[in-house]
Amino acid sequence: MKLMRYTRWRHDMAIVEIKDVKKTYFQGKVKVEALRGVDLTIDKGEFAAIAGPSGSGKTTLLNIIGGLDLPDGGTVILDNNPYAQMNQASLASLRLHKIGFVFQAYNLIPVLSAIENVEYVMLLQGVPRKEREEKARTILDDVGLEGKYNRRPAELSGGQQQRVAVARAIVSSPAIVLADEPTANLDSKTGESLLLMMKKMNKDKKVTFIFSTHDSMVMAYARRLITIKDGRIVNDETK
Amino acid sequence: MYVILAWRNIWRNPRRTFVILMAVIIGVWSMIFLGALMRGMEREMLKNAISTLTGSIQIHHRDYLDDPVVNNSLDNIGRLDTALDKILGQDSLWAKRVRVNAVVSNARHSGGVTLVGIEPEKEKAVSFIGKAVTQGRYLVKEDKNKILVGRAFLKKFNTKIGNKLIFMSQGTDNEIASKAFRIVGVFRAESEAVEKRFAFVPLPQAAGMLKMGNSISEISILLPELDISGKKEALVAKKLVAALDDITIDDKTITVETWQDLLPMMKAYLEMSGFFLYIWYFVVFVAMGFGIVNTTLMAIFERMREFGLMKALGMRPVQIIIGVITESFFLLVLGISLGTGFGFLSVAAIARNGIDLSALAAGAEMWGIPRKLYPEIWAQDVVVAGLVVLVLGIFVSLYPAVKAARFTPTQAMTKN
Repeated sequence: MKLMRYTRWRHDMAIVEIKDVKKTYFQGKVKVEALRGVDLTIDKGEFAAIAGPSGSGKTTLLNIIGGLDLPDGGTVILDNNPYAQMNQASLASLRLHKIGFVFQAYNLIPVLSAIENVEYVMLLQGVPRKEREEKARTILDDVGLEGKYNRRPAELSGGQQQRVAVARAIVSSPAIVLADEPTANLDSKTGESLLLMMKKMNKDKKVTFIFSTHDSMVMAYARRLITIKDGRIVNDETK
Repeated sequence: MYVILAWRNIWRNPRRTFVILMAVIIGVWSMIFLGALMRGMEREMLKNAISTLTGSIQIHHRDYLDDPVVNNSLDNIGRLDTALDKILGQDSLWAKRVRVNAVVSNARHSGGVTLVGIEPEKEKAVSFIGKAVTQGRYLVKEDKNKILVGRAFLKKFNTKIGNKLIFMSQGTDNEIASKAFRIVGVFRAESEAVEKRFAFVPLPQAAGMLKMGNSISEISILLPELDISGKKEALVAKKLVAALDDITIDDKTITVETWQDLLPMMKAYLEMSGFFLYIWYFVVFVAMGFGIVNTTLMAIFERMREFGLMKALGMRPVQIIIGVITESFFLLVLGISLGTGFGFLSVAAIARNGIDLSALAAGAEMWGIPRKLYPEIWAQDVVVAGLVVLVLGIFVSLYPAVKAARFTPTQAMTKN
């Protein structure tokens, strides 16, 4: 009875549940086993980092969690949505409504201004124009970009571009934000300021963050550090 | 925002946009300009054919076209005149003619011609002959035994103004009727064949020679406006048939024919030429289409990461297709508008003075092509050209658009 109650509690708390996930792809003719049976549960409100050397499988794992790529085996459930039962259209809808993405580079649409980039996701969600504008301005203010609403990506620094990307990722209150090496192209000062901002959002707005990284600073900021090597989780520690 | 996104995207690479725009502009311009030349040529050819004694509408005895002899003539001319006055508007012109095949001879030659008896003043406004006299003078009503012949005829018969010609044909009494006429003028026509074929005398002279009394061979009517589709002429002809039946004709001996009935080859040519024009549109588009597909594909591959990002954020494939198609739509509409504008300007620049084709006169004459070509823009051609480019342009853009929609986010975002 106690075990059942614990299982239900775990299920209610979990935002991501991954069981025995495998992924193999080919680089030319070479077969690469990127994930070799990964089990992972991420709870709501976590600030977790998936760390590991290049080629360890961290980006593949993040892509699978985000529904950008599908596993060859195993199950992935995000906010009670099992991916195995979803087609491409419903996965797109899930990404739109439940997941915010921050990528390492080429994060923004270059022909749109900062505010338009933030509004873009809400536009796809069908949010009315006025509400979009208000929310986008507020969130840009929150990430420290007040007054830079109408600047195009080319007119913003790398750090400012990543802030816009974070603003876009959280503006529609997704269940989870996935950030793939968000500090990789930033200097340490700018990277730290971005991390502080995300940590604050995690604390204030209870937004769940998962990073893939090999940046020691990100690992230091993360409350949970999942280490992956050769497609397997080798360490999972909560600080 | 989709519209803003599409509009800004097309100006991301102005040079590429310029190249694709030029392809569309030149394509549309060539469609409109060459279409205008073709329509102008059609109109001039039809005008020439109509002014060469055909007119918009003709009235004959019902057997005349099958057997054009003097016995198949129109009687009751007075009643016909009254009826035409009532039916046709003031702007319409008509003239009566006697027209018969005859043998003409002089001391050196003999040959077949069509002898046409005309009302000189009225005929001037209905057919080419009034403005075609280049030597000597035109006929007057009071002329007796005077004749107008063509320049080529003069050369063929090795004769000159002031000389006599003897004409022979069959009269209404079935006897050979003959008469001598003196040349008072020489006309020039668009084709040598016309110059050799027709000889003009005053109507009473021809009727007298053939003992026709007050009968005539035909009435030729020229409507104020020429309709290449022939619909206006058909409508007037229908009214004429109904009215002539009611007012004047009891014995059903009259037939009314439009130029489409009288010139079946011309009718067929005009129908075919419209069809060929649209084939030309299609051929131009095919050349342009390759440019559109190629350039759009280049743009798509350059922006592969961006499409990956959009899909990662939750954009559905159909929305990506709509986005790419919207970009093509803007480019096409812009290109069509500019191409149409340049087409109108080019046509306007040459419309006043026309294009002189006299250097090609010998070849052109054989096909009835006029010496001077005045281009003419038809609204339907402009609309069809625009629609062909727009609809097919969007259709060919579907290929790159679908290609963009098929990129998977991970595939697209790992590309540099």
